[in-house]
Amino acid sequence: QKTKEGFFDKLTKVIAGKSTVDEEVLDDLENALVSADVGVDTTIKIIDGIEKRVAKDKYINTSELNRILKEEIQSVLIDSPVDTSYKSYELPSTHKPHVILIVGVNGAGKTTTIGKLAHNFTLAGKKVLLGAADTFRAAAVDQLDIWSQRAKVSIVKHSMGADPSAVAFDAVQSAVAKDMDVVLIDTAGRLHNKIHLMDELSKIKRSVNKALPGSPHEVLLVLDGSTGQNALEQARQFTGATDVTAIAITKLDGTAKGGVVLAIADQFKIPVKFIGVGEKATDLLVFDKKEFVDSLFEGVK
Amino acid sequence: MFESLSDKLDSAFKNLKGQGRITELNVASTVKEIRRALVDADVNYKIAKDFTDSIKEKATGEKVINSISPGQLMVKIVKDELTELMGGSEAELDLSGNPAIILIAGLQGSGKTTFSGKLANYIKTKKGKSPLLVAADIYRPAAIEQLKILGEQINVEVYSEPENKDAVAIVQNAIKEAKSKNKNVVIIDTAGRLAIDEVMMTEVANIKNAVSPKEILFVVDSMTGQDAVNTAAAFNQRLDYSGVVLTKLDGDTRGGAAISIKSTVNKPIKFVSSGEKMDTLDVFYPERMAQRILGMGDIVSLVEKA
Ligand SMILES: Nc1nc2c(ncn2[C@@H]2O[C@H](COP(=O)(O)OP(=O)(O)OP(=O)(O)O)[C@@H](O)[C@H]2O)c(=O)[nH]1
Ligand SMILES: Nc1nc2c(ncn2[C@@H]2O[C@H](COP(=O)(O)OP(=O)(O)OP(=O)(O)O)[C@@H](O)[C@H]2O)c(=O)[nH]1
Ligand SMILES: [Mg+2]
Ligand SMILES: [Mg+2]
Repeated sequence: QKTKEGFFDKLTKVIAGKSTVDEEVLDDLENALVSADVGVDTTIKIIDGIEKRVAKDKYINTSELNRILKEEIQSVLIDSPVDTSYKSYELPSTHKPHVILIVGVNGAGKTTTIGKLAHNFTLAGKKVLLGAADTFRAAAVDQLDIWSQRAKVSIVKHSMGADPSAVAFDAVQSAVAKDMDVVLIDTAGRLHNKIHLMDELSKIKRSVNKALPGSPHEVLLVLDGSTGQNALEQARQFTGATDVTAIAITKLDGTAKGGVVLAIADQFKIPVKFIGVGEKATDLLVFDKKEFVDSLFEGVK
Repeated sequence: MFESLSDKLDSAFKNLKGQGRITELNVASTVKEIRRALVDADVNYKIAKDFTDSIKEKATGEKVINSISPGQLMVKIVKDELTELMGGSEAELDLSGNPAIILIAGLQGSGKTTFSGKLANYIKTKKGKSPLLVAADIYRPAAIEQLKILGEQINVEVYSEPENKDAVAIVQNAIKEAKSKNKNVVIIDTAGRLAIDEVMMTEVANIKNAVSPKEILFVVDSMTGQDAVNTAAAFNQRLDYSGVVLTKLDGDTRGGAAISIKSTVNKPIKFVSSGEKMDTLDVFYPERMAQRILGMGDIVSLVEKA
């Protein structure tokens, strides 16, 4: 897969040709992690973990260092909750429809991710309905409409400028009436430091809940994979406003190294469920941390 | 953030307090803190390292004024250096030529289309020119529609050919149209693309070669992380752009990417974009940006008074 390209080839270089783990190797390791957007705090945690283990056994060679590094990174990810419930796009049988509210900052990839999810749920035989609750951004409704046509799924939309809470309410109500399996609600991009916009989001969530008690069953935060440390603040603020239950990280087909996945996993107990690796409907992967770590170290000996 | 950085620096200086002068020894211990603060603000790791190495030299021997702490003095030195790094020659937009052609390029979702609208509005209202917007994004769903709606909001005409799948041809036709309609500035909105996408990078290079724009602006999301250097360099290699636009500065990102990009490609940051509305466009102030990256409050004026 594309994400592994370049992700940790730097680490390989760090370790290549070294026979012992000295200060320099650890420094280079820190460099490699930080340049993958892992962030200072999480990097220090990983390096400290390695340092401790190296201190116990001074004769660790670099191939063992690789194993240790992999384990340390895995442990950062493994402390985060396991959830691959969308592996085959099956839905819980406890309720119907399953309502997913999609949130995130401007341009992160929300609408595209909804298009991809609609495609995948449809392939899994589910009846999908989209709610066009971004009534603000120019042509946002048209954009979602095109995705609904591509995936051949229904859409509930109002005119531009309409109350997003009302659209969300209608979408859920209509999905109940039409016996849909899953509802995906698109919202306008908003920067998390804008209080009134975050309040609006909480309101959308409440009106979804009014239309179907117990919903939304999932609040999916979409993060741009090339974002730096601000991603952590985004996770914090969106969680504050809407109790985010899952994360999707997009644009990991770029050279962005996705280290933000580690930072998020380390500092929030919110599972990363999807990663976006392109602009097509088929470019969405269900995130599996074991696979992810393995792919990072593929080619690293 | 400033408090914590300056506090951290003060504690690093603690054992040498009262010396009244920053020495090589105590600078060394603070350099790591500064580097980490910069990296936390998304300044590229390597650039942060080079930068702090040069700071180390600059700061050594500086006299500490009684009213401020060595930590505060260090922060001021760092801020001044950052400001200088991001500044440089005034970056006026080149609107010569009839029509003057401006090409907009960047990654997906960075804010190109929104900026294109803002720029058209700025050129129309502030420069008294008559711009034409060109919808050359033939890929993104509803990209043309989006630009058209923005065009309506600001009352600027938008040229598009929904059925044409050749971006270069669309742009060439648009320029003919501009000439026939006496439009003296043409702003070309292009599709988002990844720097590693060979086909898409070739497309935008072809647009450039076909119409030789006076200005090529690289639009970048101010929340971008460590990869900003690679993207900025790759786009520059293909386009040799004339300026950079930083978007979404109305957020709370520290925006260290600004430093990374400037030191990598040495192109001026010509505009900052800070909102979704058409009038939220600003010129770039290096000092404000430096303060933002360091998360500083009023300390600079405080130090300056001292
Ligand atoms: N390369 C790549 N591009 C992506 C991916 N996901 C989304 N994009 C692109 O990113 C841009 C923005 O995506 P949108 O889905 O419109 O983002 P959004 O969050 O809905 O944006 P707003 O509604 O304006 O806040 C589009 O050009 C998408 O095609 C991805 O995984 N990889
Ligand atoms: N808050 C804020 N949002 C912005 C700013 N600039 C753009 N946006 C928003 O960011 C999102 C993406 O902007 P676009 O202009 O569609 O980005 P683009 O680069 O044209 O996207 P693609 O064509 O898909 O590559 C939209 O929701 C815009 O409203 C800004 O300065 N501040
Ligand atoms: Mg959207
Ligand atoms: Mg666009």
